[in-house]
Amino acid sequence: MDYSQFLYMHEELALLLVIVVMFIYDLVVCTDRKDGKPVLNTAVPVVLMTLLTIFNAIPECWYLPSCAPVEEAFGGMYQHTPMMTVMKTVLNIGTLIVFLMAHRYLSRDENRVKQGEFYILTMSTLLGMYFMISAGHFLMFFIGLELASVPMTALVAYDKWRATSAEAGAKYILVALFSSSLLLYGVSMIYGATGTLYFDDIAARLDGNLLNILGLVFFFTGLAFKISLVPFHLWTADVYEGAPTVVTSYLSVISKGSAAFVLLTILVKVFAPMIQQWQDILFWIIILSITLANIFALRQNNIKRFMAFSAISQAGYLVLGVIAGTAQGMTSLVFYLLVYLAANLGAFAVINSIEQNSGKINISDYNGLYQTNPKLSFLMTLCLFSLAGIPPFAGFFSKFFVFMAAFHQGFHLLVFIALVNTIISLYYYLIIVKAMYINPNDAPIATFRSDGYTRCALFLCTAGVLLLGIASCVYDSIDALSYGIDVQLPSVISSCCGL
Amino acid sequence: MLHLEYFLILSALMLFIGIYGFLTRRSTLAVLISVELMLNASDINFAVFNRLLYPAGQEGYFFALFSIAISAAETAVAIAIMIAIYRNVRSIQLNHLDTLKW
Repeated sequence: MDYSQFLYMHEELALLLVIVVMFIYDLVVCTDRKDGKPVLNTAVPVVLMTLLTIFNAIPECWYLPSCAPVEEAFGGMYQHTPMMTVMKTVLNIGTLIVFLMAHRYLSRDENRVKQGEFYILTMSTLLGMYFMISAGHFLMFFIGLELASVPMTALVAYDKWRATSAEAGAKYILVALFSSSLLLYGVSMIYGATGTLYFDDIAARLDGNLLNILGLVFFFTGLAFKISLVPFHLWTADVYEGAPTVVTSYLSVISKGSAAFVLLTILVKVFAPMIQQWQDILFWIIILSITLANIFALRQNNIKRFMAFSAISQAGYLVLGVIAGTAQGMTSLVFYLLVYLAANLGAFAVINSIEQNSGKINISDYNGLYQTNPKLSFLMTLCLFSLAGIPPFAGFFSKFFVFMAAFHQGFHLLVFIALVNTIISLYYYLIIVKAMYINPNDAPIATFRSDGYTRCALFLCTAGVLLLGIASCVYDSIDALSYGIDVQLPSVISSCCGL
Repeated sequence: MLHLEYFLILSALMLFIGIYGFLTRRSTLAVLISVELMLNASDINFAVFNRLLYPAGQEGYFFALFSIAISAAETAVAIAIMIAIYRNVRSIQLNHLDTLKW
């Protein structure tokens, strides 16, 4: 056997190494202090994730004996393209920000003893997403998906003594089991129709008969649960509300984004002969997701539930990049995800900071926040404006690219409906801004000072919100790599070597 | 003579009994059992398709094996969460899990 193919998995191996180091560190080095409280060690996972992100960003040709832009290991079970590296790096940055903002939450007495678990579980889900993204075979994909969702459940139920956290965990695991069994049933249909589970082989043998369509529908349902698109979104708000806020932010960005990326690669790669069928499905799903989520977001008072419905509607926009099914769609999806990551994690960092310092999570509690915490209110406003898509911020550009990708493929009506919904979403994002700046409040949340890690996270998110849209090199460099669909090797090699 | 149809009807029945149970049962443990039925339905499909349609390879068997192992892991986590719920709510009936809604 040729063991050198393991080197193609260098990103996964590096992450695995990080997990092992973190595990041993947590086990050995992290001894108790004299007063019985374990030492807080946010710096270690943060440094490890930073190193991992830098490692991912280094071109692999620098340290691998042989390298090609498109690599396959284990007979095609594992695939590796530059676009996947970009996606993994984006997820890494998101995880890093989540670790930064979790500092205050993990420093509470009941969480100190189990902070190591938080990091290891989070990294395990990240490893699952890595494998899911790089899968070239349904078995690999399924294992990655489960590795991403099983530790996630433990994270959702992390607050052991809070009933809502356990309830959210139960809802999450039951829905995850239900959706993965539907997904498996769909995969078994596809196996029955084609006799293979390799992505590359399936595409050649699908002919769009009824069995294939049944398989596609079951498979799509399973994955749509993970992305929380509308008919399958019912768990989202409950789980987001019950989970600890840092876990909610992780769920809403990293978990959802990786699933959306995988949906795109599988629909385009595996179900290529059935493009008509899945575009029809996606068309209605997107309209429903964006519209219904917007309507439900209007009536929320708990800010985490509000962000849940906002996230469902954002997932609809993400999938607009999927429905295009082109290289442009892929670029716009990854760019959208990057911008969404900055804006949403920024908003969650503010929410988490307020929750940890004052315990308040209702929108009405935010009344008059500007008087006491002007900087936090301002950052929250920036992030919400970016989520809504107001021009100078990155959110405008990411929405524009996603719309453009769908528009080029002739989905004019869909883009129009999405545009109308952008205006509705602006209304509900502005409700929070109005609460912070205009609504009077006799007893606003007291002035507090966030810890250094949270400020670091807020700084990263704000920089992302402000710069990602203006610095066009970001979009261009993602675009240079998004050949994943229309494989044109010569241009890829030239663009990759120039990097 | 083994007919493919019989197995497929069986697995489809199992899937839909599982879905029915998932939607109607009150006890979380019964819901878990229903989900196991659904997972096993797809395992039957994999094994049957492999045995009767594509006897040359073993992909289907392997997929079924992995899915059994993974569903066992999921069930273990699910039961751990049931215990966490029981500690907090003193019940694992689904109709007592109604704090989070709308």
